[in-house]
Amino acid sequence: MDQVRAELEVCDLCLNFGGIKAISNVDLHVETGELIAVIGPNGAGKTSLLNCITGYYKPSSGRIIFNGVDLGNYSTHELTKLGIGRTFQNIELFPGMSVLDNMLLARHIHCRYNFGLASLFWPSVKKEEVRHRLILEEIIDFLEIQHVRKELVGSLPYGMRKRVELGRALALEPKLLVLDEPFAGMTLEEKEDMVRFLMELNEAWGQTMILVEHDMSIIMSISQRIMVLNFGEKLAEGLPEDIQIHPEVIKAYLGETTDLSLDA
Amino acid sequence: MDFFFQLLVNGLSIGLLYGLSAMGFVMIFKSSSVLNFAHGELLAIGAFIFLVLSTWMHLPILLAFLITLVGCFVLGFLVERIFLRPLIGEQLIFVIMLTVGLSAMFKGLLLFIFGGNLHTYPDFLPEGLALHLGAIYVPPVYVASSCIGIIFLMLFGLFFKFSSQGIYMRSVADNQTAALSLGVHVRKVFALSWAIAALVAGMSGIVLGIINGTNVHEISAIGLKVFPVVILGGLDSIGGAIIGGIIIGLLETFIGGYISPSLRDVLPYVILVFILLIKPYGLFGLVEIERV
Repeated sequence: MDQVRAELEVCDLCLNFGGIKAISNVDLHVETGELIAVIGPNGAGKTSLLNCITGYYKPSSGRIIFNGVDLGNYSTHELTKLGIGRTFQNIELFPGMSVLDNMLLARHIHCRYNFGLASLFWPSVKKEEVRHRLILEEIIDFLEIQHVRKELVGSLPYGMRKRVELGRALALEPKLLVLDEPFAGMTLEEKEDMVRFLMELNEAWGQTMILVEHDMSIIMSISQRIMVLNFGEKLAEGLPEDIQIHPEVIKAYLGETTDLSLDA
Repeated sequence: MDFFFQLLVNGLSIGLLYGLSAMGFVMIFKSSSVLNFAHGELLAIGAFIFLVLSTWMHLPILLAFLITLVGCFVLGFLVERIFLRPLIGEQLIFVIMLTVGLSAMFKGLLLFIFGGNLHTYPDFLPEGLALHLGAIYVPPVYVASSCIGIIFLMLFGLFFKFSSQGIYMRSVADNQTAALSLGVHVRKVFALSWAIAALVAGMSGIVLGIINGTNVHEISAIGLKVFPVVILGGLDSIGGAIIGGIIIGLLETFIGGYISPSLRDVLPYVILVFILLIKPYGLFGLVEIERV
């Protein structure tokens, strides 16, 4: 399978809010096809890091380079066209619209036809709209949301909305998918489904992903690499099995206790 | 009974005008949560540009009308660019105070240029436009304003439903963060909503000018009527603005006709208070429940 190139390079990133250092000197490298998790205690700067990558925050210093392009030169809405899609910690959907309409709006960046042709109902326009719709149907099938595609998003349960939000991000056909707590607030079953989707996305579709999550058991089982943040600084980075036994990480999560006897 | 129908027709056409002008106001509020206190002045600016073009420069009416609309559109765009854009990200109250300042500035400018007197347009609408429905006489200006109103409503309906810019505007109004994540240029949407609001306001100003003549104080006071209209309809509902406008228009003409003309400017506000006691979010407003 030919993979879409998605290389992200975060160099020496700092983000200050007034006197508060949300992120200081963080480096991160993401290779095409990787699934990387960012973890850390509350307020560690995980979401801030994602917001910098997706352009919602402008870094105070440092650079973010995606596929050789410096993201500092682009405004937020242009990053979508460069191929960065995201979901949010607190779901951001259009509650008054149907699932399908929510996802269709994501396709506008791929629209080739113009206003003139569209108002004449030109055949090529119709053809293109059918193509967009087919792509959406593929995503809908993949996420198993066929039965709700015409429902209003506002009427769906929480876990389903999370899934729709993922679907909408996928409809952008992003090269890099940035997920902010995709499992938060879900039931066990919903989490299992979501794990399955993300694994398949990564393995079968070769989707490059960065995700922030709190659920350690999921993180350890799905991610290929983990970065740990604490108070805005990078604490550790490495394979899941190394992170699990990393003394600094255990200290950050559990406090100063040296004698850990969790199994007892 | 004829008197009743006469008032009904007058009320409907005035109300449609209020509704259109309120639509511009709602559009700004929906996309950027800004209450535009300079809305009345935008109406007045439209009326006066038309005055200059049609009466002083003797341009053909249709051309003058089109140039005024384009001028208002550009003005709205510039106002957003120059005055509002630097305040994006600041507290909302600053932006709202800025519109109060804009209102004072525009009013001052208009008074400076045109003075506080009443100006009138020449009578250019042909009498043939008038409708005679039995004993009811609909003056040409009401026929014209209703036609313009309905045409514009349909155009905006199509714009919001089918054009990509219209869809972006709806998406930003619905959820700004989500729209941004899908690559919608949010600042462009703000600029466009100001431009469209100014255009619709300018158009309402022209029609009001044809009906009552143009006077800075009067027209900007009518602009303030968008407040009862939009609060009645629900601050964030475009359809609600139209219906709210029609209700206020009808109330005004009926009260003016049956009770006393001097009450017509007051009673809409009184009734507004009662409606708000019963439905605090307006007739069609979004009921917001904040969960913490």
